[in-house]
Amino acid sequence: MTTPDAAKPRQTPLHAVHEQLGASMTEFAGWLMPLRYRSETAEHQAVRGHAGLFDLSHMGEILVAGPGAAAALDYALVGQPSSMAPGRARYTMICAADGGVLDDLIVYRLDDEEFLVVANASNTSVADAALRGRADGHDARITDQTDAYALVAIQGPAAAGILGPLTDVALDGVKYYTSHRGTVAGREVLLARTGYTGEDGFELFSRPEDAEHIWRTLSGAGTAAGLVPAGLAARDTLRLEAGMPLYGNELGPDTTPFDAGLGRVVKLDKPGDFVGRAALEAAAQAPPRRILVGLRGGTRRVPRHGYPVLWDGQPAGTVTSGAPSPTLGVPIAMAYVEPEVADAGAAAGTGAGPGGAVPDETGPAGTAGGRLAVDIRGRAEPAVITPLPFYHRTQDRPR
Amino acid sequence: MTVPENLSYTAEHEWVAIDDTVASVGITDFAQQALGDVVYVSVPAPGTAVTAGEPFGEVESTKSVSDLYSPVDGEVIEANAEIDDDPGLVNTDPYGAGWLVRIRMADDPAGLLTPEEYTALTKEAE
Repeated sequence: MTTPDAAKPRQTPLHAVHEQLGASMTEFAGWLMPLRYRSETAEHQAVRGHAGLFDLSHMGEILVAGPGAAAALDYALVGQPSSMAPGRARYTMICAADGGVLDDLIVYRLDDEEFLVVANASNTSVADAALRGRADGHDARITDQTDAYALVAIQGPAAAGILGPLTDVALDGVKYYTSHRGTVAGREVLLARTGYTGEDGFELFSRPEDAEHIWRTLSGAGTAAGLVPAGLAARDTLRLEAGMPLYGNELGPDTTPFDAGLGRVVKLDKPGDFVGRAALEAAAQAPPRRILVGLRGGTRRVPRHGYPVLWDGQPAGTVTSGAPSPTLGVPIAMAYVEPEVADAGAAAGTGAGPGGAVPDETGPAGTAGGRLAVDIRGRAEPAVITPLPFYHRTQDRPR
Repeated sequence: MTVPENLSYTAEHEWVAIDDTVASVGITDFAQQALGDVVYVSVPAPGTAVTAGEPFGEVESTKSVSDLYSPVDGEVIEANAEIDDDPGLVNTDPYGAGWLVRIRMADDPAGLLTPEEYTALTKEAE
């Protein structure tokens, strides 16, 4: 288990590259990470329109290996990794016994007896410790391999075109949420078609000493296609537009997967017990305590993390994430609200169903706007509930 | 980061250009770099009385929102309308087209920082 020195954040294997690019650096979960290189809005738009290159080496990589690895993970996680074919990846969560989320994860099944669990940087030690404890009695070894991996992501509609000529993996055959071993720029990687931007893209796990070569090769090859380096600021607005949760904002120990509208990741029908089963079975049956909704701000002031949501002037929820949306040009946010507010707001605000941004013709115009608001630094600003995600790429997802 | 020699500054990272009794006000290059892309600026309408050291507006960027503080006592006589259409001017030209308001001062300004003092302050902040 790694314990970052609070006074001195860790540097990724790409630190020299970021310095050379003149990145604005920020401390994030004990790591010194690029926040932006130039304009985060331009980086965001580059990922939507072309491609962006991200250093995600702060993410935690935990290897679970051994004859009992699949069974250990079935017990430790809410999903069912034993049902995954080698080469497949899955979004899942690790929960406490009370159903609260300890971390959200991507699990890659590398082989019959080998899984790579990718954890948030802020939770890697928690996830590692929980996995170790839960693997007790299973024939599985858990090792935190974070220091053994660099992680570079190339994301955006141009990503496959840029990466294709540089890898021996035939990208046409790489389905969404799968991984393949191969090379990029002549260096060994685990190449996965995963991401956190709402675009097509790839994540490249490599040896730390190979990361700079991979980065520079991709960067050189992609510049003409509009590839730019992109920092954590752009990553956050990209994932927010795509309606993807962020641990610490939409997810936390007081949140169940059901609260976050992600109950589908909880495989209650899998055989055997797993940590959190009883609590999650109850949560699946109980009426929701609160509902995660999308909000669109009615003014240019931005609803941000922690701001109260108001219904008829009374507190009715809390904003979990918010930002000015570069794609939509208006403030957007996710918020937990009381179920009645979610129902009434959705009915009044956006009409029924996804894509139905239809004004409510039965009530006064802007009913939700009149009743629903966010307390932005002491002033109530109108907002409307809007279906998630805020942004959905128009191209077909790779098959 | 640039700190023009001909301006005065505040500890809240604003610049002030004084021309007789009128103070033009904006945010510094250091501030715009720290904020990132500015998406919205609210400033008081002309006619609004402002007090030195008191919040009189806010700057929204992608990652944060910050208060603007009046550097002087007086009355706002002009707000930069172009900022409303193109808040990015605050990033691209913080000391020029990105100016925010002009204030007719009620009395002589007090407590403003020299370029040297402001530069020293930003060094501490780094």
